Amino acid sequence: MKHTISVLVENKAGVLSRMAGLFARRGFNIDSLAVGTTEDKDISRITLVVQGDDYVAEQVTKHLNKQIDVIKVRKLNQGEITRRELILVKVQVTEEQRSQIIDIAKVMDAKIVDISHSTLTVEMCDRPDKIDLLIELLSRYNIQEVARTGTVALPKGADIV
Amino acid sequence: MITGAEAIVKSLENEGVEVIFGYPGATIAPFYDKLNNSKKIKHVLVRHEQHAGHEASGYARIKGRPGVCMTTSGPGAMNLITALGTAYMDSIPMIAITGQVSSDLLGRDVFQEADMTGASEPFTKYSYLVKNAADLPRIIKEAFHIASTGRPGPVLIDIPVNIQNQKIDYSYPNKIDIKGYKPTIKGHAGQIKRVMRALNNAEKPLVCLGGGIFAAEAQEQAKIFIETLNLPVVCTMMGLGAIPTSHPLYMGMLGMHGKSCANQAISEADVVVLIGARVSDRAVLLPKQVGKTTKIIHVDIDPAEIGKNMDTFVPVVGDAKMVIEQILSCTPKRTNEEWVSMLQECKNKVKLDYDPRKFGINPKAFVNMLSKALPDDHIYCADVGQNQIWSAANCDIRTGRFLTSGGMGTMGYSIPCAIGAKIADSTKSVVAVCGDGAFQMQMMELGTICQHDVDIKIVVMRNEQLGLVREIQKKSYKCNYTAVDLSGSPDAVAIASAYGIPGRRVTSMDDAEAAISEMINHKGTFLLECIVDEDEPSI
Repeated sequence: MKHTISVLVENKAGVLSRMAGLFARRGFNIDSLAVGTTEDKDISRITLVVQGDDYVAEQVTKHLNKQIDVIKVRKLNQGEITRRELILVKVQVTEEQRSQIIDIAKVMDAKIVDISHSTLTVEMCDRPDKIDLLIELLSRYNIQEVARTGTVALPKGADIV
Repeated sequence: MITGAEAIVKSLENEGVEVIFGYPGATIAPFYDKLNNSKKIKHVLVRHEQHAGHEASGYARIKGRPGVCMTTSGPGAMNLITALGTAYMDSIPMIAITGQVSSDLLGRDVFQEADMTGASEPFTKYSYLVKNAADLPRIIKEAFHIASTGRPGPVLIDIPVNIQNQKIDYSYPNKIDIKGYKPTIKGHAGQIKRVMRALNNAEKPLVCLGGGIFAAEAQEQAKIFIETLNLPVVCTMMGLGAIPTSHPLYMGMLGMHGKSCANQAISEADVVVLIGARVSDRAVLLPKQVGKTTKIIHVDIDPAEIGKNMDTFVPVVGDAKMVIEQILSCTPKRTNEEWVSMLQECKNKVKLDYDPRKFGINPKAFVNMLSKALPDDHIYCADVGQNQIWSAANCDIRTGRFLTSGGMGTMGYSIPCAIGAKIADSTKSVVAVCGDGAFQMQMMELGTICQHDVDIKIVVMRNEQLGLVREIQKKSYKCNYTAVDLSGSPDAVAIASAYGIPGRRVTSMDDAEAAISEMINHKGTFLLECIVDEDEPSI
């Protein structure tokens, strides 16, 4: 099972290293981790996607909370959150494949952000499952490189972390 | 304007630091230069940095305040890591200050550079790498706060040498505000109600006390709690002495090397109140199973400990002293006598094997005799190995303390721990009991003892074997004894005498009483070397 956890941390050196160390030490399986500053420049938000049962999710939450630099931790309930991920996929294409990929991009609401004689780079920002679908659709072609940001998420409505 | 080094000295003075255990070096030299001017802080020069950490740990455990240790960068700092890990596992408040290479050279692998904040990260509650001397007062204030509150632990402050020389305007902050650090002290009222319900419905309740009792200084409350409710009680190794070992409601230490009646108590109990214990594999062999059949009430200041190793019926996050008082204020009912007397009967049935041995002394009888001969409030420091198990199971702890490396099982802990404990409270009798293996990991501290005129008693159990490992090889590896023979070990009495410390060798139980009494009556440090049979079992 996948759990999305939102963590507000002090924006200072060494914080990410502490988190990474914690995950490695305790054997937590991290699917993705996205970091960025918030509206307050002293606070960063880390969005984690963790693989595991409820015990694992509870342990991750508790051990994160224990970190001095962690200000707030919240496990977000699936269905009550907006999740987004950004992906860039570079695909090697022949003349005839090019239009096929442009078609896929159109259907998926993705953008072509770079083009060359032999490649296309597709950009998409969407729910993680849609991102997976895009990769699945493009896997028939010769994918050269993929870059994903990892999931970021916020609770829906007036609710805040 | 004062220098960073002066700011460190002043800040430590402001925190009420009286002793630093340390070992100097080039990158901490500016601090040592200014430390000499301090009239309030005494420096204890150790003989190895690891022992600076253990001494600070022993000091902290008796003083109830963070112990301070100090080393230079690189190897000096890295030698401290074992002590940090030892303190971290046992939740001992400690401040470790390490010198670091000049901040403009950081990351260039210069002489004696080691990434200490990185290396110590898994073994510290928190750490700082100081980049600006103006931050020093705040950092030191925060470090003491973090180390000594919530679940205590070691905090490291790594200070580059140029920062120690940087000039600043000094002022010590009165307040601190760490956004992400607000430990819960008071137990949740709703959970306390659930505790009451579980206790009132319990037929066979049991209390298990861990090291958290000492961290919270809750010995008195724990005693009132169990006596008022007539609750049978067991202790983990870290909790030993939380209740006097001769107390009628005390059923012994639980665990792999514990008392059978204590283990029976936990397996038969229907409700177990764990206070300040983290239920390690040594304390409860199959904690998940116990949690399935028994209702566990887990009281701990660290929420991450609750539910980590054992399924919990009622979790209570809070300070042990506070939570016990909250429970008591609800006046729960007394336990039925039958369950208590059943356990007491089981406890009394256990025949202690204190018979004399054909060869050498009986270490179980010896440690019992030793602890009984010492004053009621003595501090007993046990090392790691067979001697730890002999001590934990047979030591008579009354109003004093039993100090050992419970979580990490660090050999070579007892003598530095005893030194720290004695310096923390010179009125107490302090004894360190170790094997001949561990003795050789710490015997250089005899120099520290002499230089600083520390009066501790040392008992070395000598079997010229790494006894506990040998026992494992005997039981599980078909007596294939490998690398456990310690022959070539020096005569401990002669080693002591080389330092001017008197000692005596004990080869038979007939001589034990006289030897113990000579040691206790001697003013100053004294060493007893006890000859033990290599086949003497732990239990």
